[in-house]
Amino acid sequence: MVGHTLDHVRQAKWDEPLIFELHRPGIVGHLFPGAEASIVSEVGPLDSLIPPEMRRSSPPALPEVSEPRIVRHFTRLSQMNFSVTSGTYPLGSCTMKYNPAVDEFCAALPGFAMLHPLQDPATTQGALELMWELEQWLAEITGMDAVTLQPAAGAHGEWTGVMMVRAYHEHVTGESGQRDEILIPDSAHGTNPASAAMAGYKVVVIPSSEEGLVDLDALKSVAGPHTAGLMLTNPNTIGVFEKDIKEVAGVVHDAGGLLYYDGANLNAIMGVVRPGDMGFDLVHINLHKTMSTPHGGGGPGAGPVGVKEGLAEFLPVPRVTRRDDGTFDLDYDHPKSIGKVKSFYGNFGVLVRAYAYIYALGGPGLKRTSELAVLNANYVAHHVSRIPGLSLPFSKDVPRMHECVISASGLKEETGVTAMDIAKRLLDFGVHAPTVYFPLIVDEALMIEPTESETREELDYLIGVLQEISREAHEQPDVVRGAPYYAAIRRLDEYRAAHPKTLTLSWRAYRRQQERAEGQD
Amino acid sequence: MEFRHPYLPLTRADEQEMLEAIGLQHIDDLFSNIPHEFRLNRDLDICPPHTEHEVSKRVQELASKNVPMADGRAFIGAGVGIHYIPAVVTSLANRSEFVTAYTSYQPEVSQGMLQTLFEYQSLLAEILAIDVVNSSLYDMATAVGEAARMCARVVRRRSRFLVPGTMNPEHRAVLETYCRPAGMTVEAIEYDRKTGLMSISDLEGRLGEDVAGVYVENPSYLGFIESQVDEISRLAHEAGALLVAGVDILSLGLLRPPGEYGADIVVAEGQGLGSPPSFGGPLLGVFGCRMERRLVYQLPGRLVGMTRTVKEPYERGFVLTLSPREQHIRREKATSNICSNQALSAVTAAIYLSLLGPSGLQTVSEAIAYKSAYAARRLDSLAGVRAPAIGNAIWKEFVVTFTDGITVESVHQGLLERGLHGGKALHEEFPWLGESMLLSVTEVHSKEQIDRMAAAVGEIVGAGGD
Repeated sequence: MVGHTLDHVRQAKWDEPLIFELHRPGIVGHLFPGAEASIVSEVGPLDSLIPPEMRRSSPPALPEVSEPRIVRHFTRLSQMNFSVTSGTYPLGSCTMKYNPAVDEFCAALPGFAMLHPLQDPATTQGALELMWELEQWLAEITGMDAVTLQPAAGAHGEWTGVMMVRAYHEHVTGESGQRDEILIPDSAHGTNPASAAMAGYKVVVIPSSEEGLVDLDALKSVAGPHTAGLMLTNPNTIGVFEKDIKEVAGVVHDAGGLLYYDGANLNAIMGVVRPGDMGFDLVHINLHKTMSTPHGGGGPGAGPVGVKEGLAEFLPVPRVTRRDDGTFDLDYDHPKSIGKVKSFYGNFGVLVRAYAYIYALGGPGLKRTSELAVLNANYVAHHVSRIPGLSLPFSKDVPRMHECVISASGLKEETGVTAMDIAKRLLDFGVHAPTVYFPLIVDEALMIEPTESETREELDYLIGVLQEISREAHEQPDVVRGAPYYAAIRRLDEYRAAHPKTLTLSWRAYRRQQERAEGQD
Repeated sequence: MEFRHPYLPLTRADEQEMLEAIGLQHIDDLFSNIPHEFRLNRDLDICPPHTEHEVSKRVQELASKNVPMADGRAFIGAGVGIHYIPAVVTSLANRSEFVTAYTSYQPEVSQGMLQTLFEYQSLLAEILAIDVVNSSLYDMATAVGEAARMCARVVRRRSRFLVPGTMNPEHRAVLETYCRPAGMTVEAIEYDRKTGLMSISDLEGRLGEDVAGVYVENPSYLGFIESQVDEISRLAHEAGALLVAGVDILSLGLLRPPGEYGADIVVAEGQGLGSPPSFGGPLLGVFGCRMERRLVYQLPGRLVGMTRTVKEPYERGFVLTLSPREQHIRREKATSNICSNQALSAVTAAIYLSLLGPSGLQTVSEAIAYKSAYAARRLDSLAGVRAPAIGNAIWKEFVVTFTDGITVESVHQGLLERGLHGGKALHEEFPWLGESMLLSVTEVHSKEQIDRMAAAVGEIVGAGGD
């Protein structure tokens, strides 16, 4: 798969049953440790330990499968799963960069993995030091003064941040009752409005300008005494830097609101410009994007939140502190804190990986990371926007940052082939699809974020595949519309999956459906 | 010297050629749109780059400053379980195809993750005796918070959420943070100080037309088994509220599953199913509900459903489904803002539960029942020690109270000096319990370790706490 040699790439396909269908009564998968006979004889029968009315009457219908068969089962399933270690994964907004192997090693060290969160701090100094140092680094990278590592994901960080905006208006401006609106551009990630709503706010949508940026006039017309804050990502979701950020920040601050930075796109600007320097008051960072911790098929991630000094008192508890003698502790004594947003201190295992990643690259490496991520995105944008049927909407002559949003609306008009069809056809060439139909301000959007991890050859291959798909769309559109052909399975019926009559969310429900169907025969 | 790094596979020559291709001279030209006044114009003040060898040395140095005790030396739980993890679980869950994938937005190339998550949902559904389990929330604490908010969406115009007075305080704190912006209030139901059981009369007194849900923990945070679940369930439902049950998955080889006593929503902590304590995260929020339209369409989080190919020949496959509930479609009207979840922890749990099977679940459930009862008896036999200090029947966790002027702190320090770790001190959370700690005993604790711990407590108490 080097250079422009275009080949179909066949994904592994196993006809692998559900684990329940591998059930063989009497097989044992693993011998779990039981109670010693001497303990059993000393404490007496279970009936004396557990109230009879609370005893389970029959064991759950879990499958009985042997250890070797379980190993094959999940190995085969894993082989039917595309990942960053399999190939290019230009999923826009998700920053699917390489996840260093050493980071996995670090997180699995028994000194971290086998640490209980409630152990005496004297026995957890290394973990606390790691968290403290990571907080300092993240504050420096974002230009903030204080950081919490507690939120478990980006959206969780957003909600934590908006809760702090709320606390700010309760305690500082005293205008919490009146300030009940959060302003959000129409190009924003869906989590922004959802997080604001979960924090009890009304969402006011700001339309984008013709350049795809925040429309300043529109912003001015809604910013005012009801504004609690603005949520913004910069560069924004079309991959363009909001050049008027100074004016945007001025309007929001003058109205008495705070500026929240959605860090989903931070991979574009590390070491170049910092949210704290462009006027933002709060920021969350997706460690599973920018700091390379793996996405795990959907999580766990981590969404630390950084704030300016004046907001530090509202951060969730506990906070990690360093005492004068150089030892570390957890501090719960922050009466104005928004409280706890999660058990304990965050997704610690993810924090270890992020620490190792930042330590490996250092300041110069992070800056170089952003430069190359931006270079790759612009290289792809340049070539892909010249492919027949594809175009680069908004701010055409302005460089993209870490990602570009391509519109396939021309191709759809010319050939009937949609962004979704292109996405599916890409899978046949061993490339993951970009994010499709997002942001909402672009028709037939293909949001491409190559990241800095791709080599020149891989970028050329991606471009070459998109050229080939455009050619196919014009010559044999049905080929594209029928894709994928080389994935483990052909296109799936999502309508059927969601229809109340066929909705099947568990083996239990499936079995009952089967029984009902048999009963009707 | 030129900066090179293994994570950055582009040469300077590549860079120059690519810049030329797009009509630019210098890499800085790419950032021309960023106002100069905001540029950093200095190096980030963090650390220099390091080789992998240096990375691993630094991180191991930090790890070595910890004393990891979740191996049988610590008798502590309170939300994070110390359980045996079969080697197969770690080995399979670490496969990079699972680890380095994103959410399965392209189901055709993500059948491995989707089928595994469907199996996760299905295995837990069997254990909980409930039809729908989502593919994970962050942890049990946030799951309780989401459950309360879901109750208020399902039974409208109700804003009170009742919880046991003995509820896990960590979960309670998170629940409060989740409820406050929704205009919901959380109220604790009184309980019997001897048995820990919920006061039925107080529950009845509090129930009314503005109660959205009633939460019951079983086993409770303090370890006792709440044996009145049928009564609580009946009363909650008669008042038009939903019943939310918080359970310990590994107790359900022995205890009745929440689906059998009418729970509408079920939450649990899934970390114990194959994931290490890892200083409290990643955890795994288990979240399920009964298969009822009014519930399922209000469920937070991702769901994997079974379907088939669009065209013949039909093949079975799996997709993310009912996504109109979610933020990327519904935005501010979504059931939750959750996007990234704990999928890999759910994969881990699916592998663990596959190994467990019905007999493994029974073995572990019973081992914990026997061993925790044994530990409590050993401690209770000591002068100046009462265990369990609250509740009759316990499972896994139990309260130990020290009398005769012995402080929890002295016991805690004494155990640390002996290379052991006691339970969570309860004097701040439950001051009326006096000098007490919440101990946790699981299948990993051998009789020898339990005996050593009890003997150590005996020594400390016998010496008057010194």
